[in-house]
Amino acid sequence: MSTDVSEAPVLQRTPLHALHLARGGRLVPFAGHDMPVQYASGVLKEHLHTRAGAGLFDVSHMGQIALRPKSGKVGDAALALERLVPQDIVAVAPGRQRYALFTNAAGGLLDDLMVANFGDHLFLVVNGACKAADEAHLREHLSDVCTIEVLADRALVALQGPKAASVLAKACPEAPAMRFMDAGPHQVRIAGGAIACFVSRSGYTGEDGFEISIPAAQAEALVSGLLDDPDVMPVGLGARDSLRLEAGLCLYGHDIDATTTPVEAALEWSVQKSRRSGGARAGGFPGANVILPQFEQGASRRRVGLRPEGRAPVREGAPLFADASSSDPIGTVTSGGFGPSLNAPIAMGYLPPLHAAIGGTVFADVRGQRLPLRVSEMPFVPHNYKR
Amino acid sequence: MTVLYTTDHEWLRIEGDTATIGITDHAQSQLGDIVFVELPKVGRQLKKAETAAVVESVKAASDVYAPITGEVLEVNDALSAEPALVNSDADGKAWLFKLRIADKSELGGLMNEAAYKAHTA
Repeated sequence: MSTDVSEAPVLQRTPLHALHLARGGRLVPFAGHDMPVQYASGVLKEHLHTRAGAGLFDVSHMGQIALRPKSGKVGDAALALERLVPQDIVAVAPGRQRYALFTNAAGGLLDDLMVANFGDHLFLVVNGACKAADEAHLREHLSDVCTIEVLADRALVALQGPKAASVLAKACPEAPAMRFMDAGPHQVRIAGGAIACFVSRSGYTGEDGFEISIPAAQAEALVSGLLDDPDVMPVGLGARDSLRLEAGLCLYGHDIDATTTPVEAALEWSVQKSRRSGGARAGGFPGANVILPQFEQGASRRRVGLRPEGRAPVREGAPLFADASSSDPIGTVTSGGFGPSLNAPIAMGYLPPLHAAIGGTVFADVRGQRLPLRVSEMPFVPHNYKR
Repeated sequence: MTVLYTTDHEWLRIEGDTATIGITDHAQSQLGDIVFVELPKVGRQLKKAETAAVVESVKAASDVYAPITGEVLEVNDALSAEPALVNSDADGKAWLFKLRIADKSELGGLMNEAAYKAHTA
């Protein structure tokens, strides 16, 4: 058996670290934090429980940032943020949230993030591995208009699955009335009293669910209360990854990075018309001169779903070929593994447009064998959002 | 019948000139839910320490090395249909492959059960 032995870096701990250990979490380094990859029940059970009941994930490694307009007008913060992202932030109404992308001058992606309008300021959630760079990026470009406050003393958890709403309703009665991508401050009640949280109806599993930002000091009490509900199971980052892959969602640093454009990544849906060529606020973000023409002309590669025809998982890094014998790769798998809800291997990767048509067949090299994969629509498992 | 262990968490059941090889219960618990097993071809000549099989969990693929040199006599086809046997019965029904032992002196460097238990303690 091969076993990984790596130097143990100094890892940060989330406010839920002790809870993970007490509940049998198997902790591994992730984005500089000591995070649970799974609990005793294992990735398969945690994954399937999230699809059937409610799974609770610690995602406190992600960065939470308040973007406050110096003028007091949230629209000024929104306009300022549009300097850095190709999304329409001005149109995000109070109490709503939107998926966004930090772009670079080459049209690549520095990070993907969530932006919520909290009425008097914007609330951002960014990837853990990118949060320091994102903070510096915001300070460099937006400090004239905004104060940038990193909310380091908060935990972030995701409660995901078809029973998430009925579970959270017991502690937060207004939760079931929220729609997908509603977001704002809410009181969440536990035995000891009410806790001032930020709640959004969103997540990264494809299921209905909520992300809850909690003051660090009260995180363990709130999460323990949620886990006491028989419908809720603690879920680690292993199942989070298999759930997001089934949902066809990108993992930053794998499926998207500084070299992939929004059009290459099949994320055109995230760029509203107002920011595209001919729109009211077209361009004005880094790399617009690269990204906007691709909406008309396409890109030289495209992110696609892949369904291996056999049982063997095809994993990240596997080169893709047009046929079983050619020696020149045409693309690469960027995420791949096993989809527990499908009981089959799934993957995503980049292919030239000529080979990216749904239904086509390409081949991956796996341990010296050429395995066929069918180019497939995503999501692999239908989304279950409450729109 | 003797059961021996490697530091890489494989077990070998020695019966005459034949070694039946699998991964230990400790190894399967570390890997988590097994979803795919790739086995060597019958007739393959395996050299000690070369990759003989692959067990894959939801998260990752792990190589299984040949603990000794020998020819593959048989593989456990049941694992194709039911890879989760590795989780439920690693020491028994989920054996991976059988080798004709080429050089019995290679068994000398392996551990007995007590030594393996100490190794994983």
